[in-house]
Amino acid sequence: MQGYTERIQEAARRLLADKRVDVVIGFRKGTVPFMNEPFLAKNLDQVRQLHWDGNCGINLANYLPKRTDRIGIVAKGCDSRNIVVHLLEYQIKREQLYILGAPCRGMIDRRRILASLDGRDPSSAEEKDGVIKVVGSDFEVTLDRQEYLQENCSICIHRNPVIFDELLAEPVPEQQDVDRYPDVRQVEAMSPEQRWVYFDDLIKTCIRCYACRNACPLCFCPTCFVEESRPQWVGKSIDPTDVRTFHFLRAYHVAGRCTDCGACERACPVGIKMRQFTKKLEKDIKELYGYEAGVISDQRPPLDTYRPDDPQQFIK
Amino acid sequence: MTEIYIAKDKLPATIGKLMNEHLVYGPVFEGQYHEFIELKAGDKIDLAYQNTRLSPKGLFHPHSERMCQFSLAKDDPEAGIVKEAPKDYSARIILGIRPCDAYAFRLDDANFDTPTIKDPWWTKRRAATTLVGLGCNQPCRSCFCTSVGTGPFDPSGLDVLLTDLGDGFLLQAFTEKGETFARKVPDGEPASPAARQKAGALKQSAEAQLGTQFDPKAIAEKDMLELFNASFWDEVQFSCINCGTCTFLCPTCWCFDIQDEVNETQGNRMRIWDSCMFPLFTLHGSGHNPRSQKLQRVRQRFMHKLKYYPDKYQSGVACVGCGRCVQHCPVNIDIREVARLMSATCVCPA
Repeated sequence: MQGYTERIQEAARRLLADKRVDVVIGFRKGTVPFMNEPFLAKNLDQVRQLHWDGNCGINLANYLPKRTDRIGIVAKGCDSRNIVVHLLEYQIKREQLYILGAPCRGMIDRRRILASLDGRDPSSAEEKDGVIKVVGSDFEVTLDRQEYLQENCSICIHRNPVIFDELLAEPVPEQQDVDRYPDVRQVEAMSPEQRWVYFDDLIKTCIRCYACRNACPLCFCPTCFVEESRPQWVGKSIDPTDVRTFHFLRAYHVAGRCTDCGACERACPVGIKMRQFTKKLEKDIKELYGYEAGVISDQRPPLDTYRPDDPQQFIK
Repeated sequence: MTEIYIAKDKLPATIGKLMNEHLVYGPVFEGQYHEFIELKAGDKIDLAYQNTRLSPKGLFHPHSERMCQFSLAKDDPEAGIVKEAPKDYSARIILGIRPCDAYAFRLDDANFDTPTIKDPWWTKRRAATTLVGLGCNQPCRSCFCTSVGTGPFDPSGLDVLLTDLGDGFLLQAFTEKGETFARKVPDGEPASPAARQKAGALKQSAEAQLGTQFDPKAIAEKDMLELFNASFWDEVQFSCINCGTCTFLCPTCWCFDIQDEVNETQGNRMRIWDSCMFPLFTLHGSGHNPRSQKLQRVRQRFMHKLKYYPDKYQSGVACVGCGRCVQHCPVNIDIREVARLMSATCVCPA
């Protein structure tokens, strides 16, 4: 994905100069290794801050709802799928958008890299030819990029944007023969008691900061159910029942809509494997309806339509 | 001030002895990161750690605290009477806390322990606790304690400061509680001048590495409304997703919500961490919300830490430079960058 930065800046400059868009949403280089910051370029001066590398894991579709201007937006495969979901859910209009599609080779899992450094503090990192060179004051290590992708990226089958106005580069080859659900099958094979323990263990460190929810492009409700106060639906403490309620309801609310972009897992400050909740639902939707969220933009999603031949064996 | 040297191989026995008399908390690696936990036999305290993921504020101001309890049972003569929930205030030692995190408690005292208002739970826990700190030989790149009035070996929030000299620790007691602690370390030997010298060199080197990353005084001198109305907030706020990561990980964010939770006839009055990043935080009963917009909430966090708190208490900024928010903000909003914007010479209006 080298060279995207120049292409993004060139396109942004052109789109802003031609008044084709009012703003461009992309990333600017972060202040710490393996982090970039979502950035809104409003004028030609700001365009030179736009940047791209393997640390653009945040889903930029999250910044679209409620915008009324014309927006240029850089979109990886997953971001583009969430743009489709936004279009289907009337969160943004297609004519407001100019989508700069970014064929993607996966984003870097910063937490796994930091864990592999065993407490050593990196000062900079550089990606080149499939490797990541990490440098600190008294060390230098070279890591295989493919091995340190975000987990959702390593099993991604939609690396190329599904909707775009122009592509920043030639499409990348899609990964073939990917088994997306070995972990889900393991959980399915558990007894109910084992599953209960498994999920309780996953969320035992939750601090109810809602980074998972707020990083998610699907969470645009004006008032989230956890914030309803008249009457209050769910307690706010870290009582296990309330924590469970939040996580299970959140997962069900994104059923049939989640694109497995991994933003929730990436954002969680305590490293909860958030996708363990959503992947099972994603698998069910795929098996029941043959549907993948955010891939088709001109057909209603299965969970907001009724068809007489819908599967209903789960109604007992 | 007592100064003793204790060899590392003698430390486990010393900790074991302390555990017989006190609750002892120390940094332990659990799951994916370090956390302060109450040490039990067999727990592996790691004094080579950098810092805990969550700040140790939870040991004094827990995320979810049952303050009071009450009964709503019709046949209970004491129904409706709110009673303080019983708590454990046993003597405890927090071993290996970083100087910045300990200094944070002093800043938090401005809220919980004032001449007129004393939060009973905070002050009782503070009184029952001896803070045995561990100086930072190797600060992280996201640290900036020296820019905000503390430092990698600042003893001002501590009872005891330990300095890791390689094969052992220099132990310096700074308070009465610290002296009491030092007397309980049986295997100490008098600190040699060489040990003191080495500790001094480590301090100097760590402070030099950190340098000065921004100048909070320049912010203090600015006009409040000029900062409030500055145009840069629009750029700062864009990427913010309004999660509570920064505030929940922060050692100096003390805000909380109070909720009554009732299960059938038994109720608890809970005190739960809250965050100025959440819209509900400022929602009035009338439905009006003075901080309904993201920009207002983002601005509030930085203005509170770097402008309102210093203006109100005249004791420096409400930030200790631990860098947790820098490391863990999911969208890389960096308080050091914001402070630089706030302290820049010209904060021109839009």
